[in-house]
Amino acid sequence: MSLTLWNSRFSVTLVRQHATILMSSTTKTSAANSSHYILNNFQSQQRRNQTTIMDKGARRTSQQSGRNPGKTLQTGRNSLESSTSDTGLNVPPFNHPHCDRQAMYQQPVRKVKPVRGNYDYDLVVIGGGSGGLSCAKEAVAHGARVACLDFVKPTPLGTKWGVGGTCVNVGCIPKKLMHQAALLGEAVHEAAAYGWNVDDKIKPDWSKLVTAVQNHIKSVNWVTRVDLRDKKVEYINGLGSFVDSHTISAKLKGGERTITAQTFVIAVGGRPRYPNIPGAVEYGITSDDLFSLDHEPGKTLVVGAGYIGLECAGFLKGLGYEPTVMVRSIVLRGFDQQMANLVAAAMEERGIPFLRKTVPLSVEKQSDGRLLVKYENTETGEVDSDVFDTVLWAIGRKGLVDDLNLDNAGVLTHKDKIQVDCEETTNVPHIYAVGDIIYGKPELTPVAVLAGRLLARRLYADSELRMDYVDVATTVFTPLEYACVGLSEEDAIKLYGAEEIEVFHGYYKPTEFFIPQKSVRYCYVKAVAQRNGEQRVYGLHYLGPVAGEVIQGFAAALKSGLTIPTLMNTVGIHPTTAEEFTRLSITKRSGLDPTPASCCS
Amino acid sequence: MMLLKSLRSSGTFRSVLFLRFSGSVRNASKFDYDLVVLGGGSGGLACAKEAVEYGARVLCLDYVKPTPAGTKWGVGGTCVNVGCIPKKLMHQASLLGEAVHEAVAYGWNVNDRDIKPDWKKLVKVVQNHIKSVNWVTRVDLRDKKVEYVNSIGSFVDPHTIKYKTKQGELKQPTAQYVVIAVGGRPRYPPIKGAMELGITSDDIFSYEKEPGRTLVVGAGYVGLECACFLKGLGYDPTVMVRSIVLRGFDRQMSELLAAMMTDRGIHFLNTTIPMGVERTSEGKLLVQYRNTTTQTDGSDVFDTVLWAIGRKGLIEDLNLGAAGVQTYNDKVIVDHTEATSVPHIFAVGDIIYGRPELTPVAILSGRLLARRLFAGSTQLMDYTDVATTVFTPLEYSCVGMSEEMAIERLGADNIEVFHGYYKPTEFFIPQKSFRHCYLKAVAEVSGDQKILGLHYIGPVAGEVIQGFAAALKSGLTVKTLLNTVGIHPTTAEEFTRLSITKRSGVDPTPASCCS
Repeated sequence: MSLTLWNSRFSVTLVRQHATILMSSTTKTSAANSSHYILNNFQSQQRRNQTTIMDKGARRTSQQSGRNPGKTLQTGRNSLESSTSDTGLNVPPFNHPHCDRQAMYQQPVRKVKPVRGNYDYDLVVIGGGSGGLSCAKEAVAHGARVACLDFVKPTPLGTKWGVGGTCVNVGCIPKKLMHQAALLGEAVHEAAAYGWNVDDKIKPDWSKLVTAVQNHIKSVNWVTRVDLRDKKVEYINGLGSFVDSHTISAKLKGGERTITAQTFVIAVGGRPRYPNIPGAVEYGITSDDLFSLDHEPGKTLVVGAGYIGLECAGFLKGLGYEPTVMVRSIVLRGFDQQMANLVAAAMEERGIPFLRKTVPLSVEKQSDGRLLVKYENTETGEVDSDVFDTVLWAIGRKGLVDDLNLDNAGVLTHKDKIQVDCEETTNVPHIYAVGDIIYGKPELTPVAVLAGRLLARRLYADSELRMDYVDVATTVFTPLEYACVGLSEEDAIKLYGAEEIEVFHGYYKPTEFFIPQKSVRYCYVKAVAQRNGEQRVYGLHYLGPVAGEVIQGFAAALKSGLTIPTLMNTVGIHPTTAEEFTRLSITKRSGLDPTPASCCS
Repeated sequence: MMLLKSLRSSGTFRSVLFLRFSGSVRNASKFDYDLVVLGGGSGGLACAKEAVEYGARVLCLDYVKPTPAGTKWGVGGTCVNVGCIPKKLMHQASLLGEAVHEAVAYGWNVNDRDIKPDWKKLVKVVQNHIKSVNWVTRVDLRDKKVEYVNSIGSFVDPHTIKYKTKQGELKQPTAQYVVIAVGGRPRYPPIKGAMELGITSDDIFSYEKEPGRTLVVGAGYVGLECACFLKGLGYDPTVMVRSIVLRGFDRQMSELLAAMMTDRGIHFLNTTIPMGVERTSEGKLLVQYRNTTTQTDGSDVFDTVLWAIGRKGLIEDLNLGAAGVQTYNDKVIVDHTEATSVPHIFAVGDIIYGRPELTPVAILSGRLLARRLFAGSTQLMDYTDVATTVFTPLEYSCVGMSEEMAIERLGADNIEVFHGYYKPTEFFIPQKSFRHCYLKAVAEVSGDQKILGLHYIGPVAGEVIQGFAAALKSGLTVKTLLNTVGIHPTTAEEFTRLSITKRSGVDPTPASCCS
């Protein structure tokens, strides 16, 4: 019945495609239902479907002509910066954190059903990190046949690791553990202040710490492998590169394997950059190496003041080493700058020197094995040098697009990233991307995990839910942690105008800080809100202990439409530091001193 | 004024300003004071200070009767002196003892063998902190021009309060409004030796000698918290439970918490009541008790007996009969505006019947009351969805309804419970037990699944739940919760990963860690 309807309305090409989809669909939804969807969505999706069809047609013809479909898409590349509505690629352009949510939700979800039989797999995921694995596992849970390619190229120093990607192996997990180790060193001193008869002249055992951290990582790797096996995701430890838009070649230990798939998800993530200066690659290390470094880092130059640089400097200091942070321009670019500067000031107060407006020029190895770093102050032009035991590059990360041979698939790149639309689709409709490889989205594990999972559900489980990249909370695990959700003050001003926003702020004193006389100087919270109307909260910022734990719930509150009156009507939990958000009463506009006087009433 | 300015963006305060200058607030001349606050604790002080901000002439009477053991303290009430503050500090001290052991696992060359706390030093630093808070409070009252008198006030008639000054002079000022905020104190059981030989939470935080082997009688949150920090500090507590642990809290979470404590070596005497306490010839305390299930008697010897069987409201000295204020048991009955049976007499804080006995509740209701009385505000205190935390070693925090309450109100078929065990990343290296790390969300079963209650057992529970309390007040649904991106690696993010319902019968134990 529905087929007749289709015939009467649309071109033959379309019918052929959708008939295939309907007949081969293995999902629970009835054919009538799907066609209802397609019908409803057709008008707005016409352009996209045409792209799909063009690609499919191209693939079929390419089997004869040996050419990949890229022609029309190649033209798209040239005009990528401008809006290429012909391919439907750039609608809607949402750049975190100001994604046009409305536009995003108004767009209907396109239904591309997996076609069984013609390919080795329904889905091949390239990259076995947080995003790739969650996507692969979810797809399998909904009946797809899935393979996951994963390969880690060793660092220049030779560091390599197992399955699981950056987070587990060289990111959040070891970082948080080293941060915890540093905090526990502090805790020993605090314990003495609270009356414990502990000798607090203490030193860390770097190799014991590294062993403990690496053992934990290995156990996570193992659990991940078992999980993949249990869930019947075929895991292929090989470096994948496209042959054509439905074929990938995996470089394995003993040769090569060609695999075809209906759908691809690119989730290869990124790796740290090295600066283009003499000695950088030979003598420097990155966060890829630090967590398994086989010797004490000693006096360390951390180049870069993004969150990775600051976190590394923070825990190195806490472990008793001597880090110096070299800052090219600003600290924590992209974050609220008032908070960023407070984070830096708190680190300086703890004895971490910052070399500001400074860029490295070269690294040389001295005869004593230490590293001589020459650097230049970009303001004064002054050149200086210092000797370090370790130089850690934390100047940014690049997407791993190079080995993928994306040209063969016709996937366009943007610098070293891949641009996707609101459904994580690249310009090639059956090729998707999630995680750090995506251009312009937060590079965070839970973002990749959720995006991957939701993508798999849209592909194989009739879900409509898209990833919402807005109001993603994040935490910087510096000694005094910083967490935030929503807009920075600058972004709120840019978006709404200074007259339309109200900033509530306050310094506070954590109860536990008094006895060990820890500095409360940088314990600070602020709420950026709409000035009039319902006083919607746009952003929350917190500098203090366990910041991530504090902000998570507020992230859910922001997503639920938190307003200032609701926040102030929320009863605090006493004594916590999180309750400070409920006690905010001083606006920046008032000019009142945000320093607290009393403690408990 | 400055404060008003700072708050002027809020709609309420616009009307505040208007009303204040329109002069409709009060007729001041008739009474000695616009407001007399009885009680200088969290609620009373918040109310007094806020009232002064709006131009009221305020007297605050505050007096602490010494405990049977002779303990007394300064201004600020229970929270600051014998409640949340010293409790949290002792809790922190016990956590830091744990942290020393963990530090070793993380590679620190600290000698953690036989580490012991110095009880005297701990008490001293805790008391020093309290004294500094007392001092700041006094300065604050003076700066804000709240008249503070260290004396017990009682009613002469509905508008007259009498008290004795330090010099022994009897005063009888009149007031337009009176706020009763006298709070409560721990109860003693009516058994032999209870008052003479036992102590309460009023004494423990300044106790001169090490508590040693301690019997904690009562399994409310005060009892459990005391037992836990004593255990963490290396003493040997036993908890005596009359009927159930943590009455009023979610049953599953409460039982899980008790299991966690048992795991850590805290003994429980279940369905047991104390019969008498006497001093042995060695100076120890012999406690007789009865198991009410088996009807068997037993006894044991302790160094310290701590009563944590509940608290009573301090209405006795107020002479409420002279004012005509109605009471219920030892509490004062108020309506939704905190007014007692006498319209110009109000009550806030722990003295109110049937409301959560929590410092921030008292503070907010006291402050809102002052704004209604003196600033034309109409905003009422909202007592629903108040979050709270039990500071046991693995802390328990919750907001909203317990599972039982949700079932009772909506019916079991109309609620969905999402739950899961989880493994905090930091627990692996020191091999801490995560057996009791558990969380659940109680929600409506249909629609977007509005969340009715959230429950969490794990590290820094209060910090985790606070934001979710704001979310609940903003109408959090399961749909939104699962769409909230986690912060990795935290324990709070586990709420965003909840996917298993109790109804499904699926095992809520986690398999993997990071994806």
